[in-house]
Amino acid sequence: MRPRPRAPAVIAALLSIPALLAVSGAVALEQGDRRSGIAFASPQTQAMQADDTANPGMLWVMDGAQLWRRPDGAAGKACQECHGDAAQSMKGVAPRYPDFDAGLGRPVDLSGRINLCRVRHQRAAPLAHEGSEMLALTAFVAFQSRGLPMAPAADARLAPFRAEGRRLFEQRMGQLDLSCANCHDDHWSARLGGSPVTQAQPNAYPLYRLEWQALGSLQRRMRNCMAGVRAEPFAYDAADYIDLELYLAARAAGLPMETPGVRP
Amino acid sequence: MARTLIHAPKAARAGEIIEIRAMIAHPMETGQRMGVNGTMIPRAIINRFVCTYGGEVVFSADLHPAVSANPFLSFCVVATQSGVLAFAWTEDTGEVHVATTDITVT
Repeated sequence: MRPRPRAPAVIAALLSIPALLAVSGAVALEQGDRRSGIAFASPQTQAMQADDTANPGMLWVMDGAQLWRRPDGAAGKACQECHGDAAQSMKGVAPRYPDFDAGLGRPVDLSGRINLCRVRHQRAAPLAHEGSEMLALTAFVAFQSRGLPMAPAADARLAPFRAEGRRLFEQRMGQLDLSCANCHDDHWSARLGGSPVTQAQPNAYPLYRLEWQALGSLQRRMRNCMAGVRAEPFAYDAADYIDLELYLAARAAGLPMETPGVRP
Repeated sequence: MARTLIHAPKAARAGEIIEIRAMIAHPMETGQRMGVNGTMIPRAIINRFVCTYGGEVVFSADLHPAVSANPFLSFCVVATQSGVLAFAWTEDTGEVHVATTDITVT
């Protein structure tokens, strides 16, 4: 049986550590130290992720497979009509996102790319952020790359956005005045309120969090963390998330994709 | 939309103990949570699960509000004859979700 959603009890514990964190500088994660979040999870959670018949994220992947074949929009086309069999055409796509979109002149993540495809080619309304259909399609596409290493796009046009992502990652924020790096670069092997801190690796998204009892995106996870340090989360469609995702993807290069992951 | 995930062997030997796993996508809303403006979110759970094998009930369970979303049940049965394994999840509203899978016993 899995736990019900509960109030973030870790916030109280966060209060006691800023003094400790203040003395250490932000050091980016060394390649050899990179560890997926699943390495910090309990054996039970690891087993749930490893077994497709027990992994609840597979429910969304199955939904996504149906959406892939469903004609939509004014063009009346399904994803499948252009892209064919996802097992071939989508293999290796998710590990390089976020990628640059020439039309927008800035990077988009996988969900953003799906919505662009809907608007430009299917002539359909974009799917809602964090809606079940968007999560299902994103999970289905990313699932095709499960096991492949994260391979961030090498496009030079991405460099300034990735640099901005790193700046945001190292930017202190919120009433607790903590940056992402304060915990996830400097103290990832420690525990906070009984839970592992982890390295904030993005290689399993969208993933099923037992606390959420649902699939959720990397952006939802980032909003959780921002609320945790008592900062106001960025707006839902803020470009800052994409910049952060870009930096996280570069920081995770080489880790295998796990979509759909399972986390506590 | 696909809402259930069944894992059961397609073939088994007579007398063999087989493991069956059944998961259904469901929010399992407890009825204890507040929504916007402090209004209660009404209870909506699956309260009964039944598995039949060749028409005979081999496993059943009563589910309660503390059961998590997307309930996952795993149990074992003895393979006796070829036939249909049927799974039924009953909602509070009386609506029943059904899934079936065939098994060949040699």
